[in-house]
Amino acid sequence: MKQIVVLSGKGGTGKTTLAAALAQLASKEGRVALVDADVDAANLELIVSPVKLEQHQFTSGRVAEIDEVRCRLCGRCEGRCRFGALVRLVDERRVLYRIEPTDCEGCSACFHACVHGAIRMKDRLAGEWFKSQSRFGQLFHARLYPAQENSGKLVTLIRQAARQAAAEAEGEYIIIDGPPGVGCPVMAASTGVDVAVMVTEPTVSGIHDLQRVLDVAGHFSVPAVVVINKHDLNPVRTEEIKRLCASRDIEVAGLIPYDEAVPRAMTRGLTVLDDGNERLSSAVAEVWTACRRRLEG
Amino acid sequence: MIITVASGKGGTGKTTVATALALAAAARARPVYLLDCDVEEPNAHLFVNPAIESERAVGILTPVVDAEKCDGCRHCAEVCSFNAIAAYGRTVLVFNELCHGCGNCSNLCPTGAIREELRPTGSVERGWAGGVKAADGWAGGTGAIHFIRGTLNVGEAMAVPVIREVKKEARDAPRGALVIIDAPPGTSCPTVECLKGADYALLVTEPTPFGLHDLKLAVEVARDQLGRRVGVIINRDGLGDGRTEDYCRGEGIPVLMKIPHDRRIAVAYSDGIPLTEALDGYTEKFRALLERLATEVGR
Amino acid sequence: MIIAVSALDGGLEAPFHRSFGRSPVFVVIDTETMNHRSLANPGAAAGGGAGIRAAQTILDEKVEALISGDVGPNAYAVLQAAHLPVYIFSGGTVRQAVEAFRSGRLSRADQATGPARGGIGGGMGTGVGRGRGRRGRS
Repeated sequence: MKQIVVLSGKGGTGKTTLAAALAQLASKEGRVALVDADVDAANLELIVSPVKLEQHQFTSGRVAEIDEVRCRLCGRCEGRCRFGALVRLVDERRVLYRIEPTDCEGCSACFHACVHGAIRMKDRLAGEWFKSQSRFGQLFHARLYPAQENSGKLVTLIRQAARQAAAEAEGEYIIIDGPPGVGCPVMAASTGVDVAVMVTEPTVSGIHDLQRVLDVAGHFSVPAVVVINKHDLNPVRTEEIKRLCASRDIEVAGLIPYDEAVPRAMTRGLTVLDDGNERLSSAVAEVWTACRRRLEG
Repeated sequence: MIITVASGKGGTGKTTVATALALAAAARARPVYLLDCDVEEPNAHLFVNPAIESERAVGILTPVVDAEKCDGCRHCAEVCSFNAIAAYGRTVLVFNELCHGCGNCSNLCPTGAIREELRPTGSVERGWAGGVKAADGWAGGTGAIHFIRGTLNVGEAMAVPVIREVKKEARDAPRGALVIIDAPPGTSCPTVECLKGADYALLVTEPTPFGLHDLKLAVEVARDQLGRRVGVIINRDGLGDGRTEDYCRGEGIPVLMKIPHDRRIAVAYSDGIPLTEALDGYTEKFRALLERLATEVGR
Repeated sequence: MIIAVSALDGGLEAPFHRSFGRSPVFVVIDTETMNHRSLANPGAAAGGGAGIRAAQTILDEKVEALISGDVGPNAYAVLQAAHLPVYIFSGGTVRQAVEAFRSGRLSRADQATGPARGGIGGGMGTGVGRGRGRRGRS
């Protein structure tokens, strides 16, 4: 079983678009499981037509809560909280302490500080995850509730579920649509994969961010290849990326042209291969060929 | 007035809008602060070319155990909510990357064996973009932007502490200053930290299904959970369809600007040219936008 | 000898659980009498640092050896600090793991056997501080 993650550093370079197309090509050669690891803003479902099979709650960390009956308003909790989560509400009749869930990190400092037993720690329901059937294989995706800590735990969870399902069904490929950035969720999406496909664009932002995400891949010893999306938008910067990759001994696995067909396909809920665009289809096929070479060699 | 530029989806044009706003506003008398809070991938500097004057390391207060004073009670391991401490006998192991800096272990150690040290996880830089720094310390002249950028070190987990430090730097902004926050994509903690305390949340989207899907999440956080005023900027207008505008209309969310899908803009962006310089008319458009927001917010 | 085995369930007939940090249960067995008891692993429900929590739990039980499968770098660092030997098993039941251990068929781990998992800083360095709270390696 081989795992491929699609990353970028910068948002909006075309990870989901490419991940869906790679999954489509892979599904013609073997069983595929898909993972949408961008749990903050999961978009893969918009083009692979999933039907939900299972739904699970995701709890992560804890959140503090004040029992107003027991609270004696001593303020020890406020004195200890480093995250500004203790709110002191004053109106003409009384003073009240409340914990703001979006600020609370669940550290329990207030719980330990309270001598009146007025604070309890509750498990935090932070999101949900799903196992769905998509047209290319089973899709493991999630919804992290807004304003939650995106620690990567949810990403790890859906990757484990995908690995388990793939093992049981003797699947060949797991294609992971990665999140933007370089933080925890990116690391959780990358550990143990066989190849990371970095989608970049020939822009100053894209190049800046590519270097940081390549650093992350390097730290994790994950082999990376680079795909330059919208390469014809700025040929000079495209050459800059090629030189950058050469200096880091990284293969440029494909060049995808800037084409209106891409957003058009997305708007219709299709992959770029469904659309039948020759230029795009052959560009993506080249990327898949390069991936396969990596996976075999 | 504090304006946070956010979005659900990445790559919609937050930095494009944030830098254009800052540049359009900078040519007036009001002090302008541009805070790049996308600390995992800060990009604003590529468009406003700041001169950085100072840099400081920021981080998380992590425990340091004095083995002499430790009596092996293991209370530190018990009270850590993040499993960042393990103890065996009088050996205490601290796992820095899990530490949130809450202070429990240090505060609750019965023998006072734990002190805290700042572990650097990133940096905050401060400088100027465009114009001249006046003698009284802030930009009275035209074109000057107070530029503050936060960067999270590669390999570090927690963006929020770095973002907090960036925002702290702007606390010296005088009343009447314009503070523009360039937020990271998404709707989790780092974005929330950027939206807290903002007078207005400017949500940048593209009129595609991905853009709309993620815009709805952003609205849920900014407007419903955090109670911010929200307005939308549709970037790459003409690229997708009308569902995004229909959604905004249905929700009563103002579409404050539509930036057309234009290859010239894309090419200029690719070379680090801000929107206000790429095409005519945008400086005026963004100034008008700021005036509208100032009226609505009452600042 | 008192040993612990990571398991899916309680009791000697329970299936062995390969992943240490998030193993649902630990079965603690006296290898001479085969008396045993089972306890829930708090690491299984942990947000981050599951392996660390699991390892701390094992140390608190005062066992003399651990039988498991994938033990990540953080968990391994904790167990190593206590010089607790870790033996690697796969497949089968808790009873079979104990038997394999008693007959000397299990090999001892000399380093972490599982990948750094989880989102928080996995694999970027463990804080083997010896009381100094610093990173031992990065």
